[in-house]
Amino acid sequence: MLSLIPALPLLGFLINACLGRRLPKTVSGGVACLAMLASFAVSVLSVVNVGTPWTEQTLYRWISSGDLQIALQFRLDHLSSLMILVVTGIGSLIHIYSTAYMHEETDGEYARYFSYLNLFAAFMLVLVLGSSFPVMFVGWEGVGLCSYLLIGFWFKKKSAGDAGKKAFIVNRIGDFGFLLGTLMIFANLGTLDFQGVAASVQGGWPVEHSMGTLTIATLLLFLGATGKSAQIPLYTWLPDAMEGPTPVSALIHAATMVTAGVYMIGRNAVLFGHAPITLAVVAGIGVATALFAGTIGLVQNDIKRVLAYSTVSQLGYMFLAMGVGAYAAGIFHLYTHAFFKALLFLGSGAVIHALAGEQDIRNMGGLKKALPITYWTFLIGAIAIAGVPPLAGFFSKDEILWKTFDGGHRLMWIIGLITSFLTATYMFRLVFLTFHGERRHDAPSPETAHGHGAGAHPEEEEPAAHGGHGHGAHLHDAPAPMALALIILAVGSVFAGLVGIPHALGGSNRIEAFLDPAFEAHAVAPANPEFQVVPGRLREDASAGQGRPREDAAAPQTTEAAGGHEAVHEESAGTELMLMALSSGIAVAGILIAMYFWLWNRAASARIARSVAGVYTLLLNKYYIDELYDAVIVRPIEKGSTVLLWRGADAGLIDGAVNGVGKAVRGTSDSVRRLQTGSVRAYAASLFLGVVVILGWYLTR
Amino acid sequence: MVPLNYYLVLSGVLFSIGTAGVFLRRNLITVLLSVEIMLNAVNLTFVAAGRYHGTVDGQIITFFVMTVAAAEAAVGLALVIALFRHRETLSPDAYTSLKW
Repeated sequence: MLSLIPALPLLGFLINACLGRRLPKTVSGGVACLAMLASFAVSVLSVVNVGTPWTEQTLYRWISSGDLQIALQFRLDHLSSLMILVVTGIGSLIHIYSTAYMHEETDGEYARYFSYLNLFAAFMLVLVLGSSFPVMFVGWEGVGLCSYLLIGFWFKKKSAGDAGKKAFIVNRIGDFGFLLGTLMIFANLGTLDFQGVAASVQGGWPVEHSMGTLTIATLLLFLGATGKSAQIPLYTWLPDAMEGPTPVSALIHAATMVTAGVYMIGRNAVLFGHAPITLAVVAGIGVATALFAGTIGLVQNDIKRVLAYSTVSQLGYMFLAMGVGAYAAGIFHLYTHAFFKALLFLGSGAVIHALAGEQDIRNMGGLKKALPITYWTFLIGAIAIAGVPPLAGFFSKDEILWKTFDGGHRLMWIIGLITSFLTATYMFRLVFLTFHGERRHDAPSPETAHGHGAGAHPEEEEPAAHGGHGHGAHLHDAPAPMALALIILAVGSVFAGLVGIPHALGGSNRIEAFLDPAFEAHAVAPANPEFQVVPGRLREDASAGQGRPREDAAAPQTTEAAGGHEAVHEESAGTELMLMALSSGIAVAGILIAMYFWLWNRAASARIARSVAGVYTLLLNKYYIDELYDAVIVRPIEKGSTVLLWRGADAGLIDGAVNGVGKAVRGTSDSVRRLQTGSVRAYAASLFLGVVVILGWYLTR
Repeated sequence: MVPLNYYLVLSGVLFSIGTAGVFLRRNLITVLLSVEIMLNAVNLTFVAAGRYHGTVDGQIITFFVMTVAAAEAAVGLALVIALFRHRETLSPDAYTSLKW
């Protein structure tokens, strides 16, 4: 049953990949959507029937070599339940949306697009369901491949191809870390199964407060996560990845694949919990990335790039949550973020679609009337991400901020608040510049439609997609499949947060209770006497809403600690409420600021940009990080490769050796061939001389 | 009875004459004849040695050498005729085009 979940999209991929060229669009799109919907249905069924603590399915023994026994095994617990529902559910919506968005492609391209999309879903589900590191790694690499293929979908455009390569290469660095981390874990723990790792860490390893095995292994794994989830220092590929079709940005680069790193940390909560140094690094990187990307997002002008930086920033929040040990909060934010970020991307896709490929928000404006569905759904998404109660983003983001505050990380909490303010501001800047104000695009109002094909745009971004858009070059709102996806996601963005209403607001934070078992070790090696104590204590901690695994193995003082938590919890509800009010206030303030600058007094924003021109340019150029990487890493490598490896080693040494041998043979032959005079008598003489010499040697020796 | 050394000396003289002929004469037929002299010098050694040891081995190998020499002479002379048709000369120095 579990294997059907990734198998169905894989089947869709096979059909579209093998027969796609000959299928009409309705069939290839229909097959892809059906595969996803069927997978979603199976997922729902599986989640409903999920066993405690999990359901497993072993397909076959994959690798068997000495101590290394790896089964191709899928495991569905509460954490992966949530993930497969997000992947298949939002994946289905994005597939449906794509049938309309991509309809201008030729049949073959259309089928190629859907085959990649299905393949992506299959790999993502393998990643989520895999029960051990190697199986997860298969999915991990597979989604990376699909990401590359889909970013470079319009590969005839050079920037798209380059962006694809950049994503792939940057991810290689992270994947290398992931692989090394995996190897280290196997070398030290002797198992690669997630539960096995959790159990043996729980049973046999103290919490590590120095740079020991677990710390280094988890840091390496985290390097993998920074690559896949676009965190400092490996985030640079994600904004460029916006070269791909917009639904791809929504599915892969916002809702699912980029959250794989967060998921991986959640999956190994026990392991990471035993390495507090790594957790501190995770939280630090997360919050730094959140702020950093938020500031960049404030000034970008490409609608998709703003969203991309926003994604990076929100992923930073999730890592912050993971780093402070609030795993459930991080996964909760992952889940709500999937809704509103997919919604925002799909909304931006609808705008781009309507404007025949225009992506620069300076050329938009006044679209509110023309695109009502897009406008309202986009607005809902923006409010949700800004964190205005009671929409989804508020609950999850607030949960993270509260856990950060509660854990005593005040500085990170403040940075988180600032980022929250920035989030509200840049999202509403986007809304106002795109949908409000006067119309600044040369498009295609109904009267002037003819003659204003896509080619008339100087900043045409997606010629392959919308080149043939001349016929419908008037503003049209999202067609039915797109509208459907937008509306469902908007509903989700409003209500998805309700599963996690915190205790302070009278809710029961069901999501946390639901997820928490997934962050514990369930089976401990029977030889270990601590086994009886540890899991019970963990659950107690979790039910008190204080499941901070960094305390897990601090066995002696636990009873007091747990008892203390209860009392503290009652008191802290008041603080939590205050903080909630504060962060909502900040979100509203952000929106008001955006309103002032970009709706009522646009001149003021320009004035400010001029008055701090240096900062503005710095932000507009993304802190020159790309240039820095280019100067520090790319160009030295290029130079080193050119001078040392190519000219020196390859052309000089290797080619030199090969050519040198040839030359030597040729030179020797050149001189030796003179001996062949063609004169029979000379040959006879040499023969005679040879015989004399040999005989002479034998006689005189 | 003539001592073995006499035969060997005669054989050596004959062989030297043959060798000199091969290297010094400028006529292919003479060269062939010189080769025959060399062969027969060797034959003489074989026979003499066989007689000295009281066995027939030397005589047997001599028969083999003679047959081969006959065949060689036939082929050699045929080649000489073919070469002569080609160049109208019998000097070995004229046939040096098979080089480098």
